[in-house]
Amino acid sequence: MTAISDRRQMAYIANQAADARVNLELEAEGMTLNIGPQHPATHGTLRIVVRLDGEQVIEADPVMGYMHRGYEKLAEVRTYPQVTTLVNRIDWLGSFANEVPFILACERLMEVEAPPRAQWIRTIFHELGRIANVTLFLGDLGVQLGAITPVFLAFRDREYILNQIEAATGGRFHPNFDRIGGLKDDLPAGWIAETKVALDKIREFCNTLEDLLMGNEIFQSRTRGVGVIPADVGLAYGLTGANIRASGVDWDLRRDNPVGLPYDQVDWKVWTHPDGDSFARCWLRMQEVRESCNIVEQLLDTIPGGPIMAKVPRVIKVPEGEAYVATENPLGMMSYYVVSQGGLEPFRVKIRSASFSNMSIAPWLLKGVYMPDVITILASLYFILGDIDR
Amino acid sequence: MIPLSSADTDTTEEVVVDEGRQALLDAIRGELGEAVVADHLVPGQDLWVRVASDAWGTTAEYLRERQRFRFFSWSSVIDWKPSPWGRSQTASVDDAPDSPLAEVPEMQHGVTGGDTRFQVIGRVHNLGTQLGVTLKADVPDDTMTVDSWVSTYAGADWHEREAWEMFGVNYAGHPGLRNLYLPGDFEGNPMRKDFPLLSRLVKPWPGIVDVEPMPENETGGDA
Repeated sequence: MTAISDRRQMAYIANQAADARVNLELEAEGMTLNIGPQHPATHGTLRIVVRLDGEQVIEADPVMGYMHRGYEKLAEVRTYPQVTTLVNRIDWLGSFANEVPFILACERLMEVEAPPRAQWIRTIFHELGRIANVTLFLGDLGVQLGAITPVFLAFRDREYILNQIEAATGGRFHPNFDRIGGLKDDLPAGWIAETKVALDKIREFCNTLEDLLMGNEIFQSRTRGVGVIPADVGLAYGLTGANIRASGVDWDLRRDNPVGLPYDQVDWKVWTHPDGDSFARCWLRMQEVRESCNIVEQLLDTIPGGPIMAKVPRVIKVPEGEAYVATENPLGMMSYYVVSQGGLEPFRVKIRSASFSNMSIAPWLLKGVYMPDVITILASLYFILGDIDR
Repeated sequence: MIPLSSADTDTTEEVVVDEGRQALLDAIRGELGEAVVADHLVPGQDLWVRVASDAWGTTAEYLRERQRFRFFSWSSVIDWKPSPWGRSQTASVDDAPDSPLAEVPEMQHGVTGGDTRFQVIGRVHNLGTQLGVTLKADVPDDTMTVDSWVSTYAGADWHEREAWEMFGVNYAGHPGLRNLYLPGDFEGNPMRKDFPLLSRLVKPWPGIVDVEPMPENETGGDA
């Protein structure tokens, strides 16, 4: 008996001593905490080193490069058609959208224009990629706040869209469907009707999630007023996409600079939100999924006939020159600066990926917030690791 | 902004003046004067301006403060030196890592010309007029240093860190140039053209089978 109580007492003293040591550390110089590289909130291998004063972040330093693949270097030793395979893997949830700006930049250099049908189908897949991507974001958001249900709904309903992408392109995640001058294939029979059914499923998903998540009191109290980004700061950091529109900046490349994609033929709306907080970013993405459904539906109805490939040589040589094309991708603005010196391969490809710039605001944004909010802010900024590390 | 539908491209070919971009170019020339070394304007598409090396920082400042270019898009570096390892894929001479090309082609400097091996390149955007401009400046070969944009555009921080580790270009005034992607003890600047892509040098690219046996390309390697 005595032995056990002695041991208990010893354990108690040891605990007290440990607590005292922790307290001492906290008061003296703060605590350094590693989030990641395997933390679920980091969607892959992002590591964030935070220095804490109690619960408050003094300093946050994202550490990247665990998945750096050097696509800019690799692109220099591949032919233009081979590069699309690489860039598919940048933002792997909306892969087709990665191919589009690169192909458009090459087409601009070659002075080739894709036929209208190809442009229409490109835009459809661009938007389907956005739906598949952001749907998963909306589900994932719940998980990071402790709500498990949304992610199951998201994975279930996203599958309808992925099935459609697979039916037409053969690839669920990496279609590699875009070609310089057009597309690899035409749409299969019956695809248009099936896609409309899939869009209805996504609309239903949005309605469910709006009730389930956006209206939830816990969700609101944890995201409203948290992680506020003023418009001017966001622009200086190069924030794009829903992140900057949630700060009240009415800017969407699909409307303002529709390079070779027929967004101007469709009746749709650019959503903005004046608040700039985490809630605004989440809410805005949900509206954009709905808007994407509308865009796709209209495009499906108006899709013109005709060929899907322009006349391009079999061996693609891009004439000397430099071209820059940016499109509005699921995560924000994605652009390629292609320098050609007239060969089979690009001389230099600068890839401007959305998440890289979106995340660069993190050290500024996380300063002074409380530790649990770090997770919601990161979730609402929405990044894909492949899009940061390239 | 002119949409690139086929109906409109015909009209832009007749009217070759792009008023918005031309006015912007004139304004930049008026403000910076001699510092604007070269420019390149493709009507309806894009504008390039190359400034002197020491005007790299002030150009950004001017564009942000006076021309309302509030959005920082990206910045990077171009290494204009042709790769001494050949194109690694189409040329047969570059199979072995120790046999650089016998003659390295001359440097070509793209649309706005240039005098040095490295050029910094950056892009900023005006949300009011929806015009973007690509800025370039030579990086002096001896000092390898240009002004940092971080004090003007906070987002330039990571972009310049990346350019610093990948190309070895220094940015004066940057608050902390340290590695972004690469491990701390990495040696060399991987994006430089003379940094060999080892995987490609030890084993020929299997994709070569797909591109070579085209009928008009049988002599091979002209590219």
